[in-house]
Amino acid sequence: MTKPGSYQRPIDFKHGKVDLTHGSGGRAMAQLIEDLFVANFDNDLLREQNDGACFSVPPGGRMVMATDSHVVSPLFFPGGDIGCLAVHGTVNDVAMAGGRPLYLAASFILEEGFPLAELKRIVESMARAAKEAGVPVVTGDTKVVEQGKGDGVFITTTGVGIVPDGVNVSAGNIRPGDKILVSGMLGDHGVAIMSLRENLSFDTTIESDTAALHGLTAAMLDAVPGIHALRDPTRGGLAAVMNEFAQQSGVGIVLQEDALPVRPQVEAACELLGLDPLYVANEGKLVAVCTAGDAERLLAVMRLHPQGRDAAIIGEVIDDPHGFVQMETSFGGRRMVDWLTGEQLPRIC
Amino acid sequence: MKYIDEFRDGKLARALARTIAREVRPGKSYRLMEFCGGHTHAISRYGLEDLLPEQVRMIHGPGCPVCVLPIGRTDSAIELALKPGVTLCTYADTLRVPASDRLSLFKAKAQGADVRMVYSSSDALRIAQEEPGREIVFFAIGFETTTPPTAVVIKQAAALGLTNFSVFCNHVLTPPAMVHLMELSAAGGVDSVEIDGFVGPSHVSTIIGSRPYEDFADHYRKPVVIAGFEPLDVMQSILMLVRQINDGRHEVENQFIRAVTRDGNQKAQRLTDEVFELRANFDWRGLGEVPDSALKIRDEYALFDAERRFGIEYRKVPDPKACECAAILRGQKHPSDCKVFGNACTPDQPIGSCMVSSEGACAAYFTYGRFRSIKRT
Repeated sequence: MTKPGSYQRPIDFKHGKVDLTHGSGGRAMAQLIEDLFVANFDNDLLREQNDGACFSVPPGGRMVMATDSHVVSPLFFPGGDIGCLAVHGTVNDVAMAGGRPLYLAASFILEEGFPLAELKRIVESMARAAKEAGVPVVTGDTKVVEQGKGDGVFITTTGVGIVPDGVNVSAGNIRPGDKILVSGMLGDHGVAIMSLRENLSFDTTIESDTAALHGLTAAMLDAVPGIHALRDPTRGGLAAVMNEFAQQSGVGIVLQEDALPVRPQVEAACELLGLDPLYVANEGKLVAVCTAGDAERLLAVMRLHPQGRDAAIIGEVIDDPHGFVQMETSFGGRRMVDWLTGEQLPRIC
Repeated sequence: MKYIDEFRDGKLARALARTIAREVRPGKSYRLMEFCGGHTHAISRYGLEDLLPEQVRMIHGPGCPVCVLPIGRTDSAIELALKPGVTLCTYADTLRVPASDRLSLFKAKAQGADVRMVYSSSDALRIAQEEPGREIVFFAIGFETTTPPTAVVIKQAAALGLTNFSVFCNHVLTPPAMVHLMELSAAGGVDSVEIDGFVGPSHVSTIIGSRPYEDFADHYRKPVVIAGFEPLDVMQSILMLVRQINDGRHEVENQFIRAVTRDGNQKAQRLTDEVFELRANFDWRGLGEVPDSALKIRDEYALFDAERRFGIEYRKVPDPKACECAAILRGQKHPSDCKVFGNACTPDQPIGSCMVSSEGACAAYFTYGRFRSIKRT
């Protein structure tokens, strides 16, 4: 907190607004960093307040690095906000490489006039998410753009982590005969965001599933170190991940519609809006691919974890030079599950 | 999900499929046109073709509002949207329809046009109320289903005395299009297509009822079964058509009894009638000029008619040469017969309008069914 005499006035986190001085490199910026970011993210590396954070790396394994920008609109939504989303997004990207996330860096682009009360709420949520995940934010950056040149706040986070020896998770490992598993209900995040959009607004009890998944992936890799691929189905939903997998490993995929876990509320919202839950974003779910022999064991481990309670085996990998993703419909026919065309809904994460 | 799962029951579907397979007669063909894009979408999305015997062939019809809109009309919408001070409100489907000069409403938006996607005509009216300083134009497209909501906002705008709201009316009618298809076939030649029966419109019929198809069925001796949009509805309607064809009947039957009556929604019909009148002629993509097949705004509501307000003149623009949309909309060609299908023309980079809307035959086939044509080769 502001030391007596060190600054002219404490920051007005109740009625104050972001102005250009908060990003200009002067006293106001230093005060914002100290009173907001350092105070909330609160860790030794950040307190040193150097331009970068220096840390030693545990021996063994390979390092993994991932980055993710967050431009979600609205900033606050049922089940979360841009702050916790920015932590979960990057932690999950590290986790999907089979990595144990160690540290995060956070970069804020703030729009002049953005209420400091909201910024504080976002930073507190981010700090809480980082603490829960056990992955501290150790360095960062703040920039302010003129009014009309941003949309409140954009947050970019970068994470580093360690992939243990013996773990090699990559879409390139996928082979015909492999099974595809999903960790839980699909489409919650996208529907929660949609319910708040000005021209859609409908009431729903659905909350975003935003969550850090590295606990789940650690348990999964512990039981089945040979998992072939992991990915979190965010923008573009499950359909996008399936098509990425098919393209990157030159295989085909067949999903079983009956096996897909979707909440009735999400199904109903999608029905109403003419959307397909397969294309709706998730922020706390993962897709795993492993050999048929490992599938049941992996499923059992996932279901024991709170984030994998509703896990299911949803399909298998086949030999197909065209790389088509197909689905056996509940109705008894077969159809393709293609890439999303255009944008189903912009700025969901 | 209640009221939905009942109509997507795989077990019932397989039972219906067995009955259809049992009842079709060897050597007889059942070429059935589903008029509506909604049916085309359901057939592709649920993989219904896998459940049908070989003799039953589904032919996709022209009932996709985005698909039948000629390029000239989209050009006019883009021209309007690019005018300073004008905001064009449109359903999402029209945004990516290719127009002249490699433009689309989506690309016009990137050039600075104020194009806003709305979910209903009333959203457009609300924007007009909220932004009195701008000219709000609603780009109205669609068959009889979307016409009453357009009539409602025009009446509301009149009641509110709004001076900054107008409608660019492109509403079209189903029965004249069906008649036109049959006339093209009766004339023979390149435009003819063999059809043994029609899967009749679902939502359109909730408005107009089943009566308007009676003369059609009688005159052209073709059975019509009005069908719901759920996959079981379609399967059941196919069975009803197979039975009519076997019996040599050509009646209008109503499978969609939970929503369609013989006389339809008369309140909606009255509303439509109050605000709109028949256009002498309308140029359809695929069908060409069809007399009495579209609506225009009546003189009483001329103030709200964007065509008069902005002096829009329709200019006929030919379809791109490589594009087979016209023949596909007439049911003469299958999407996979088109040379540019799936290579130069994809949902991301459409050349023809049938590749744009999810109801378009090409988009439905590309998105859900193109693995079938690979199997064929």
